[in-house]
Amino acid sequence: MKIIREIAVGGGEVLINGAVDFTSDSKEHHQFLKRIYRHYGIDYPKFFKMSPLSKLGFLASELLLAGIDLSETAPGRVSVVVANSSSSLHTDQIYQGTIDSKPSPAIFVYTLPNILVGEICIRHGFKGEGIFFVQREFEKDFIFGYVESLLKAGQSEISLAGWVELDINGVYLADLYLLKL
Amino acid sequence: MNGLIEKLKADLIKQLNLEDLEPGDIEPAVPLFGEGLGLDSIDALEIIVLLEKEYDIKIEDPREGKEIMYSIQTLADFIESRRA
Repeated sequence: MKIIREIAVGGGEVLINGAVDFTSDSKEHHQFLKRIYRHYGIDYPKFFKMSPLSKLGFLASELLLAGIDLSETAPGRVSVVVANSSSSLHTDQIYQGTIDSKPSPAIFVYTLPNILVGEICIRHGFKGEGIFFVQREFEKDFIFGYVESLLKAGQSEISLAGWVELDINGVYLADLYLLKL
Repeated sequence: MNGLIEKLKADLIKQLNLEDLEPGDIEPAVPLFGEGLGLDSIDALEIIVLLEKEYDIKIEDPREGKEIMYSIQTLADFIESRRA
């Protein structure tokens, strides 16, 4: 299995294949994610409606797929395999804060971590396997092994896989890989 | 009425996270859903919550929702009618 591209987003930096591609003075996730969106000229208004966790995963996937031609790959043969530690707890807490007044439907729909997998699939029309694992820490060997089994079984031709974490203190890290045999 | 329309625009931008839009970008008569502003069903729920929270108004009959939420103008007309 080979890594086609790796994107890391964390601590106010964007790294593409290990090299710093964008930095910002503002490391706080809300501002930093918006700056990434504007810096790379991404045009997807639904981005602003997403939870911070989904924004992080979405942006990493946009950079992961930038310039990658998937026109020859059937939508059902692209898989998305993601893991994190805090699940959607960051958004869950925000939603909990609205319950005493008027609960927000738009926040509620993001109170599951796998929604970010759905956002990536909706954006690109992917219809292959989508799965979200919750692990204490990034078990890269496990995730890569899972992806390799999908690829070798012929269930998937290419996979977006990795770690997208945003904890309740706002500490964030996306480490996504584009993988194929 | 103009003041209400401007407030509604600002409320929608804030409540629906329409960060790419300024109030001046939204024409009062343009449809909010579909080919207009492109809002979706979750946005419709948010507008219902907004009406209750900010304007203390409930849409009693869900069948009326489509007409009431057609545009900023129809929303403003509905709020005015309920205040009268």
